Amino acid sequence: MSDIQTTIGDYVSVSILKQPKRKTRTDEPLISSGLIDSFSLVDLALFVEDTFGVHIDDTELNAQTFDTLDQLANLIRSRQPK
Amino acid sequence: MTTFSRQLQSLHGRTPERVAVVLQHAGQPDVPISYRQLLRGASAYARTYSREKIEPGEVVVLILQHGEDLIYSFLGAVLQGAVPSIMPFLTEKLAPERYRAELATLISVTKPTAIVTYPEFESEVRGALREGDSVRSVILTDRLESQSDPDFDSLPGMKRSSEDIVLLQHSSGTTGLQKGVALSHQAVFNQLEAYSRALNLNDQDAIVSWLPLYHDMGLIAGFLMPILSGIPLVLSSPFDWVRAPYKLMQAVSQYRGTLSWLPNFGFNFCSQKIRDRNLEGVDLSSWRAVINCSEPVRLESHQAFYERFHSYGLKWEALQCSYAMAENVFGVTQTDLSRPPKVEQIDREAFMVEHVARPARSDRSIMTMMSSGKPIANTRIRILDDQGKDVADKKVGEIALHSDCMLTGYYNRPDATKRAFLDNWYLTGDYGYVSDGEVFVSGRKKDMIIVGGKNVYPQDLESLSYEVPGVHAGRSVAFGLFNDEAGTEDVVIIAEVQSEDPAEQERIAEALRQHVTQNSAIALRYVKVVGPKWILKTSSGKTARSANKEKFLKELEQESK
Repeated sequence: MSDIQTTIGDYVSVSILKQPKRKTRTDEPLISSGLIDSFSLVDLALFVEDTFGVHIDDTELNAQTFDTLDQLANLIRSRQPK
Repeated sequence: MTTFSRQLQSLHGRTPERVAVVLQHAGQPDVPISYRQLLRGASAYARTYSREKIEPGEVVVLILQHGEDLIYSFLGAVLQGAVPSIMPFLTEKLAPERYRAELATLISVTKPTAIVTYPEFESEVRGALREGDSVRSVILTDRLESQSDPDFDSLPGMKRSSEDIVLLQHSSGTTGLQKGVALSHQAVFNQLEAYSRALNLNDQDAIVSWLPLYHDMGLIAGFLMPILSGIPLVLSSPFDWVRAPYKLMQAVSQYRGTLSWLPNFGFNFCSQKIRDRNLEGVDLSSWRAVINCSEPVRLESHQAFYERFHSYGLKWEALQCSYAMAENVFGVTQTDLSRPPKVEQIDREAFMVEHVARPARSDRSIMTMMSSGKPIANTRIRILDDQGKDVADKKVGEIALHSDCMLTGYYNRPDATKRAFLDNWYLTGDYGYVSDGEVFVSGRKKDMIIVGGKNVYPQDLESLSYEVPGVHAGRSVAFGLFNDEAGTEDVVIIAEVQSEDPAEQERIAEALRQHVTQNSAIALRYVKVVGPKWILKTSSGKTARSANKEKFLKELEQESK
């Protein structure tokens, strides 16, 4: 698992799910499964922006854009300056 | 007396080019809709209903997302004299099978003759239909009659009487869909007259709303009141708001919005999740009331909101409260908009033990209560004890109401209707007290959880948990836990299983979280799986929710030490 997945996975377990011991698989659906509630999507976007300097638009906060940690990490990498 | 159709005809005749609604969609330009366009769109639906032989008085269920079709199909049903009823659209996290089951139940109770939906959703809807049920027609949004100016003389809706039913609202809650409230034209106009007066609604107003139209707060305050009163409405959706709450502020600023309604958690949500850069140039000084409604109201939530937005022109006295419910069309009380809501500091122990709101003493624990205001002009309130007798001022009891816009009964549900009334007074199921004529709402009679403005019955969540392998019937407990930061309740579910193995318990917890969420669309904050004999029962074998909540809190406290 890469650093990005681990960092976001930890944030999801600790801050969103309040289950610090929970390990989220990197291919586990987060949004379509309801694991991440719609009320927490803004928090996730703000966390990604603060941590990786990558902006995720509110129109992208849906399972079509990213649903798993792997997909989110890809999105972040594609937007980070090379 | 007037009807919706006659009122729409009058607005269409007097101010055809005035903008009735500005529709907002994330990522798209705003769409202004004039009264002329509103009626053209509605008339396409009216003629489609007529083609499908939908008769006046028949129920039409609308399964559509935020957008022009939802608005036109609703008003088109009114013009046809039919009775529109909006069903929430399937969300990403709800399991389609569960949605179909809910729809099938709704159909069996409200007996609609038509359902309107998108072509892409047709198979979902058809999956809920049963041989011999009431539905004669599934109307798709791509097979409508063309738009044209309405020919009012030929519209059946013009012949409806003010006593006829105009719409069905569903009282919210996971099982609430089975309880529809049928409202007459007259009842809605009586509400609008009394509630508008309480707001001093006038032609300088503009309403900004993102609230869903299947809920009374959105349907009445955030849709029908402005449209039928000729007050401009800027309408976006809960889906967009929850992802970009700052757009509410930008819309208020851009359109000089004066009135909005928010559930209590919305005040917290906006104050925590908006960045400064999204507020550049925003001016909130036009907002004369942001009304806290549909959840218990908290002073702390108003304070956080004011703290965050006062430098953008928000006025403290703009933060107001209302107590409302579908059973009274909408508003029951409203605070006086010319001053901030009344706040009382009361003695916590006297409130808990004696159920009375006594002024606080400096040497004892204090509770802060915020008023929901006085009953609106057409509505009377009583506070009743367990025997149905009136209690004194400042004594806590069940709130009962009587008005000329209250429900006459739940639609096709004589059983639920009977339980809800006491001598023609509607029993709200809410606890509260009256002090100097102002209503303070303090809790619920039933163990209902209110999360994000949505009512959830713990029994429903517990029943779902029993469907998870390893959890047995009667061996779980669900309750709400107030979260100060969020300004609403978190949902907790505890399930007892045979296994003491932590890995096995963890696996069941995961399955439980997923199953309950996908079948209720409610996110669970805490899922705790425990070994045998954890859950406390009453002497009669019933699950004691409050006792289990205390036990859970104690363990949570120990774990965090």
